[in-house]
Amino acid sequence: MNSSAAVSHELRLIKRREMLAGAKATLPLIVGAIPFGIIFGTLAGPSGLSAWGALAMSVIVFAGSAQFIALGLMAAGAAVPVIIATTFVVNLRHILYAANLVPKVAHLPHRWRLMIAFGLTDETFAAVSNRFLLQQNTDYAHWFYLGSWLAMYSNWVLCTGLGIALGELFPDMTDWGLDFAMSVTFIGMVVPYLKSRPMWGAVIVSGVIAMATLGMPHKLGLIVAALCGIATGLSFHLLQKRSTAAEANHD
Amino acid sequence: MTEVLLIGGMFMVTFSVRYVLFAVAGKVRFPPWLITGLSFVPPAVLTAIIVPAVLLPRDELWLSIDNPWLLAGGFAAGVAVWRKDLLTTIVLGMLCFMLLRFGFGLGW
Repeated sequence: MNSSAAVSHELRLIKRREMLAGAKATLPLIVGAIPFGIIFGTLAGPSGLSAWGALAMSVIVFAGSAQFIALGLMAAGAAVPVIIATTFVVNLRHILYAANLVPKVAHLPHRWRLMIAFGLTDETFAAVSNRFLLQQNTDYAHWFYLGSWLAMYSNWVLCTGLGIALGELFPDMTDWGLDFAMSVTFIGMVVPYLKSRPMWGAVIVSGVIAMATLGMPHKLGLIVAALCGIATGLSFHLLQKRSTAAEANHD
Repeated sequence: MTEVLLIGGMFMVTFSVRYVLFAVAGKVRFPPWLITGLSFVPPAVLTAIIVPAVLLPRDELWLSIDNPWLLAGGFAAGVAVWRKDLLTTIVLGMLCFMLLRFGFGLGW
């Protein structure tokens, strides 16, 4: 074996090791996503989404919580533009994840950045942020990302298919209340944020407005509540900053 | 046809949100207030989904202690504060819900 072949062999090994490590780091999060995917598949039919539509949504959109919310909105008879607008607001959080990753991947070829963008979920971000932001030597960390995304994506599509099949076998599964899996996942995601007064403000206002706007047409309450919560959190934050700045000046 | 529009539209908004910063690759900087504002998006959106889901699981207000969605939701919040681990919260919260529904027969 000449030396350049040895080097490329070595590189292949490094890339494969990164991919496997990425998939492995995502595994605990995949365990949480399994019931999510299955329940999405079972709820699709009763919400008015065809089996192929549900599968296509998982393959093409690949956004768990937005897909769940879309089902809820469809079941409530919301119009397509409302569902798309809600999807936009719900997925806005991914911009934050991207902002964290951009400095680490800006040098990569365009096709890699396309993959990274498509695969950007809560789970993959949680799994790769350790690798990208806390560890050294990130030259091949995009292969780690690829491994994480492939594991997450194949599991999501597979679980959706399984859920669709289960839903057709046991039509009364929708009465079991398994949509609680979504609430419990979101509760687990919200609680770690609650560390500051602006965050509490955002969450309390959002929850109260969500209840107050239940009567709004087209299920627009979700968007209104979220925007009110965000505005509250931001105002609190800016007020707090101003008062600490004023104190500092005073001293 | 409606489904094609729906899925196409959802893909467009989801992918553009995920892609926009990678496309410009660090050439655009957000003002600090916008970054701060965005940090409130996940908890605000998720809360606006959770609260009606546990208080109105059957499309009408159900504010009593035999509402398993409310009970298990409160329990899950407790677990999340206590263990600070998403998977533990999901597993224990789901177990609590199943126990209330199928063990104690609540909420049928």
